[in-house]
Amino acid sequence: MAMLEVTSLGISFGGLRAVDELSMKIEKGALVGLIGPNGAGKTTVFNMLTGVYRPTDGGIRLDGQNLIGKKPHEICRLGVARTFQNIRLFAGLTVLDNVKTGLHNQIPYTLAESLLHLGAYHKKEREMNERAMELLGVFGLESVAGYQAANLPYGKQRKLEIARALATQPKLLLLDEPAAGMNPNETGELMETIELVREKFGVTVLLIEHDMKLVSGICEYLYILNFGRLLAEGTPAEALQNPEVITAYLGE
Amino acid sequence: MVLLNHLINGISLGSIYAIIALGYTMVYGIAKMLNFAHGDVIMVGGYMCFCATVYLGWPPLAGIALAVVVCTVLGVVIERLAYKPLRMAPALAVLITAIGVSYFLQNAALLLWGSSTKSFTSVVTGAPIPLFGGQLTVAPVTLVTVAACVVIMVALMLFTSKTKAGTAMRAVSEDKGAAELMGINVNTTISLTFAIGSGLAAIAGVLLCSAYPTLMPTTGSMPGIKAFTAAVFGGIGSIPGAFVGGILLGVIEILAGGYISTQLQNAIVFAVLILVLLVKPDGLLGKRMSEKV
Amino acid sequence: MQKFKQYARTKAGRDTLISFGIVIVGFVVMQVLLAMGMVSSLLEGLLIPICAYIIMAVSLNLTVGILGELSLGHAGFMSVGAFAGIVASTCLSGTVGFAPLRLAIAIVIGAVCAAIAGVIIGVPVLRLKGDYLAIVTLAFGEIIKNIMNVLYVGLDGAGLHFGLLEQGFELDEEGKMIINGAMGVSGVERLSTFVSGFVLVLITLFLILNLINSRAGRAIMAVRDNKIAADSIGISITSYKLLAFVISAAFAGMAGVLYALNYTTVTANRFDFNTSILVLVFVVLGGLGNIWGSVIAATLLTVLPEVLREVGDFRMLIYAILLIAMMLFNNSPLKQRLLEKRGSKQMEKVSEKEGA
Repeated sequence: MAMLEVTSLGISFGGLRAVDELSMKIEKGALVGLIGPNGAGKTTVFNMLTGVYRPTDGGIRLDGQNLIGKKPHEICRLGVARTFQNIRLFAGLTVLDNVKTGLHNQIPYTLAESLLHLGAYHKKEREMNERAMELLGVFGLESVAGYQAANLPYGKQRKLEIARALATQPKLLLLDEPAAGMNPNETGELMETIELVREKFGVTVLLIEHDMKLVSGICEYLYILNFGRLLAEGTPAEALQNPEVITAYLGE
Repeated sequence: MVLLNHLINGISLGSIYAIIALGYTMVYGIAKMLNFAHGDVIMVGGYMCFCATVYLGWPPLAGIALAVVVCTVLGVVIERLAYKPLRMAPALAVLITAIGVSYFLQNAALLLWGSSTKSFTSVVTGAPIPLFGGQLTVAPVTLVTVAACVVIMVALMLFTSKTKAGTAMRAVSEDKGAAELMGINVNTTISLTFAIGSGLAAIAGVLLCSAYPTLMPTTGSMPGIKAFTAAVFGGIGSIPGAFVGGILLGVIEILAGGYISTQLQNAIVFAVLILVLLVKPDGLLGKRMSEKV
Repeated sequence: MQKFKQYARTKAGRDTLISFGIVIVGFVVMQVLLAMGMVSSLLEGLLIPICAYIIMAVSLNLTVGILGELSLGHAGFMSVGAFAGIVASTCLSGTVGFAPLRLAIAIVIGAVCAAIAGVIIGVPVLRLKGDYLAIVTLAFGEIIKNIMNVLYVGLDGAGLHFGLLEQGFELDEEGKMIINGAMGVSGVERLSTFVSGFVLVLITLFLILNLINSRAGRAIMAVRDNKIAADSIGISITSYKLLAFVISAAFAGMAGVLYALNYTTVTANRFDFNTSILVLVFVVLGGLGNIWGSVIAATLLTVLPEVLREVGDFRMLIYAILLIAMMLFNNSPLKQRLLEKRGSKQMEKVSEKEGA
């Protein structure tokens, strides 16, 4: 059984059908791309997968468990984490605290321990610091751990968001245009990091991107959306030769 | 008959709230701030009219005119001196500044006119009008208040939808930056909004003091808060919303006082506001806003 | 010592040390001055209210600065705490002889009652946003004031009696009215002392600073900074909003007990909209999220109007002008430039270190 099963997913906003009849199957450990032109409905799919929007119809199952109707924080606890197209960090917190916030449910302690700084507090905080620094290390962010997140340059903010998502120990990691705004060098570096992350943390990755060349480099499988519908799917080589895909991207 | 009497009183009070709320809603729409000083402009309007008619012996209409002129200027000056420098500042900074302006106006009034209550003579004179063969009377000031409120609302709706300045006002309230790029003078538009809002507050002040003839430095604060409540109730930023909210608030207040308890009057008004917001978080006629992910 | 230096270098550690430092130094200085008889009776009378206002400001800062939601009805919780505390201390006056213990129990009861009020108000209204939430908290503050004004509580051999709108109960001969509607409370035993106020401030600082520097505090700040992102990493927005709001209410309740038990007569109108605003001014001037800022602002702004008494009638006018001027200065380009200068100096330090 596939890890993530999406069946005939659809959503309407008023009269607009933003996503229609979308079915996807993603196997554990895969690195899959969701691509398509601007406005194809890619982010809307992410929003449905993470519970931000409730689909009008269709089903979403993660390891056989139904996700429809669950709240975003519940879905996160079930093992889905994401990043956002327009970066959403906790701007007032430090880089380290952003990641520690991601560890919220991973290394818990009680409210009484929070208020009194007694019991498991010191041990758990130390554990959190170590785990967070380890995650920051993966992205080369240890040296800026004490900075306020808002003061990071753009590329580092994107990396920090991925680190924070990983802190929640997801089974499935959803990356919304992780390379947006990066130069070719940074992009290449990031793609390598993503592959590394998949191996190191054993996480399944679904990423949105509209640069097809870039995705075909690292993704094993692609879903191509256009006007909210699945236009094609397959390995990058198959998908990119599909005439409909070429038309959608290049026009007639 | 008692009910009808309460309703008339409610609509009268509600009309005053509505006039204040109309000004409030316009200022809020454009400045996106809780202008706590708005209520105190009402009080200044009341004192101006009082001084003109009692100390100077001017006719009531001249008194109203003086109140409107002084408050309009005052509103523009407050905006220029206290709010304009904070246009880029966090909303809370502006809120606290507005509170500072409110304290300032109240205490200036306290120094100028003392803390004792002034008894205001109604600007509308004439014998109460009997209805149903004398079972019920309506004070002339009630009629004038309701009429003024309707006229003001219609005028404002026409102004914002038909005139160039009104369109500019709507544009600035939607997006200051874009409006500026379209060649709209944002500063002038904001000043104009404060001028209108404060002018309306002056009229409301005179009518309020005519209906409830006591005047002191804190006269404006509670009606100011209630009028803001009315604007939120109807959906802030909406002109018909402010009108409907004001009238409803007045009616609820009088009915609650008449049938339940005058001591709990305000509690009931606020409880109704909370209920409305819980069911319709954007007010009765407000428009829905949501964040894009 | 090494550990202490390390602690003092982190932002959390610095804030904690400064907060406690200010309060402890302030307390010691005042004690010395009191012993030397150098404190005017006016200032002496302000000591307990200052403690109460510090607790109010610090607790409101939790809602406004840390949670990022504007509340205009904080005095309502103070009111609930105050009256609950008065009822508790009166009931206990026969059984618990030791005054500080009676005060402590009254404070706990006041906090619990205010927290319950916080839950009742918070559950429905915390899903509203921004100015809508502000106006609803204002409305609740007024509702609480109105209800307290029509509440009658009496105590006699048969226990507590309650009445709403009218007394509606008869007391036996030994009986005593505690809360008398709009007349409020009179003949309260003054249990609050400067020392108890100081201890309560320390407890408040300890708990709130701990909370901020913990898992729960980070979750609350995450909700403040970005609700959608907080939700996406598994933090329940509603739970943490409510948590912050209720804790804030509980501390306001404690402040209410401390404040009320400093006077022999108390009416509900003391805890009105203006009090809520006054405390909000402390929080904003002290800096959002800055706990020691709240402590300083609450102290200075409580003393300021009394100092200004010398200028007589003009004092509140001057207070208003100072308030506006401070807000304008705080957000002026001039201050921004000063801050930038300091910021660039820090950057230089960092790069020097890295070079060495």
